[in-house]
Amino acid sequence: MFEIFILPFFYRALIIIILLGFTASYYGVFIVQRKMSFLGSGLAHSAFGGVALGILLSVQPLIIAIPFTLLFAIFISYFQEKSNLSSDTIIGIFFSIAVSLGIIFLSLKENYTTDAFTYLFGSLLSVQLIDVWTSIILTILTTFTFFKYWSRWTYATFDYELAIADKLPVRKDNYILNSLIAITVVVSIKIIGIILISAYIVIPGAIARLLSKTFRQMTILAIIIGVVSGIIGLLISILVDLPSGAVIVLFQSILMISVFIFKREK
Amino acid sequence: MINAIETKDLNFRYGNINALENINLIIPQEKFVSILGPNGSGKSTFLRILAGIIKPNSGKIKVFGQSIDEISSDLIGYVPQIKTLDRNFPAIAIELVLSGLNHRWALNSTNEQKDKANFVLEQLNAISYSKKPLNQLSGGQLQRIYLARCLVREPQLLLLDEPATGIDMICETNLNGIIQNFSKVKRTSILMVTHDWTSAYEHTEDVILLNRKLIYYGDKKNAFSNENLMQTFSHPQHHHHITFGNLSNV
Repeated sequence: MFEIFILPFFYRALIIIILLGFTASYYGVFIVQRKMSFLGSGLAHSAFGGVALGILLSVQPLIIAIPFTLLFAIFISYFQEKSNLSSDTIIGIFFSIAVSLGIIFLSLKENYTTDAFTYLFGSLLSVQLIDVWTSIILTILTTFTFFKYWSRWTYATFDYELAIADKLPVRKDNYILNSLIAITVVVSIKIIGIILISAYIVIPGAIARLLSKTFRQMTILAIIIGVVSGIIGLLISILVDLPSGAVIVLFQSILMISVFIFKREK
Repeated sequence: MINAIETKDLNFRYGNINALENINLIIPQEKFVSILGPNGSGKSTFLRILAGIIKPNSGKIKVFGQSIDEISSDLIGYVPQIKTLDRNFPAIAIELVLSGLNHRWALNSTNEQKDKANFVLEQLNAISYSKKPLNQLSGGQLQRIYLARCLVREPQLLLLDEPATGIDMICETNLNGIIQNFSKVKRTSILMVTHDWTSAYEHTEDVILLNRKLIYYGDKKNAFSNENLMQTFSHPQHHHHITFGNLSNV
């Protein structure tokens, strides 16, 4: 059983889970505090449309899914800004459009089921070198934007109007944040699966929220929880031979419920 | 001397509803002005335009001779209604004050900035709860923190949207006293939306009466005539007979 730990795919998965634990949990704190948990789910399903198009065109799905999901993230941001509709309504509409397109794309392709299931539920075996490189690039991008944008996104998260009054370019900043979340979602799909992405992004932030007095604490704690729970979940999933995404999210959920009970009793 | 605020034919609409119609106003510097009017009369809208949060549909507006887009946000301090505050946001009080200095949510603040924030909190008698989380503060305490957030940058124009809402009378009197004192010492121009006629009369110099249109701007002594109050508070489509005899003698 332990020979699995010396196989290259394990190391690829481990690197990805560490990097994504950092990026997904970092963006997750903004999603949690802005009450936009549905965004993760909406973008994951938008990615499904992109993945399906990639499968149909017999191109590496990630290459299609990233611009496809980015486009949906931009549409969602645009409609949030310009219409009177609530965020969940807008996300729900684009979610359905992307899934419908995905189903049509897959139905046009023969023998599609295996690949599609990999993306829906996530699989360690499907992780390739391109996924590792994309995760590394995303992590570098996140680290660079951290110093410029954390304080601006946080301010707009606290009070959108005060941020406008202080002349921050909040609309542009929102597009950048949603775009980076979209890339994070797409890169996480292979290992976590479309269905569980939203929980994977949100739970570390939610646990950190229960334990933090300040947003800075919340950010640091969420990242630590995201990385550590990802590694532990990944190792458990290999040891018990169960899908990695499901085990990681389940482990995070147990952690969250435990923290919740602990805090209540305290 | 340049005027603090100048508006010319200012209009703002929410969809098809006119929130502000042809507002022409010149407010000199260093005045403490209260804005009174019924609900939905455009008071908060007017402040939000001045704060640069929303843009008018037409008309011109200048603050200290500059357009809203050009003017430095250092010069303007905006205190929104506390009901808009997300108390669930994980933050301690002093962080909110420091955001007033940094114009963003700073990852780290310098000791100099912290000293400045603490100094203002001391002046507002708020230092004892400067490290408390926002969700543990009372309405009055939060209002002081919000005010400290603006005062710490020593603005030349202070915009206050119902600062007394949700706080008791003693707190309100203290708060108004602090604001009045600040306006005198720092020679700041202040615009305060309020529903409280008495505090408007006691603490401010000039009064704006607004009901989508500008009904009156000028000295508080002439503001509360029956005619002005009728125009401000009676809806033209309703035939309400309202008497303001007691109010005109405030």
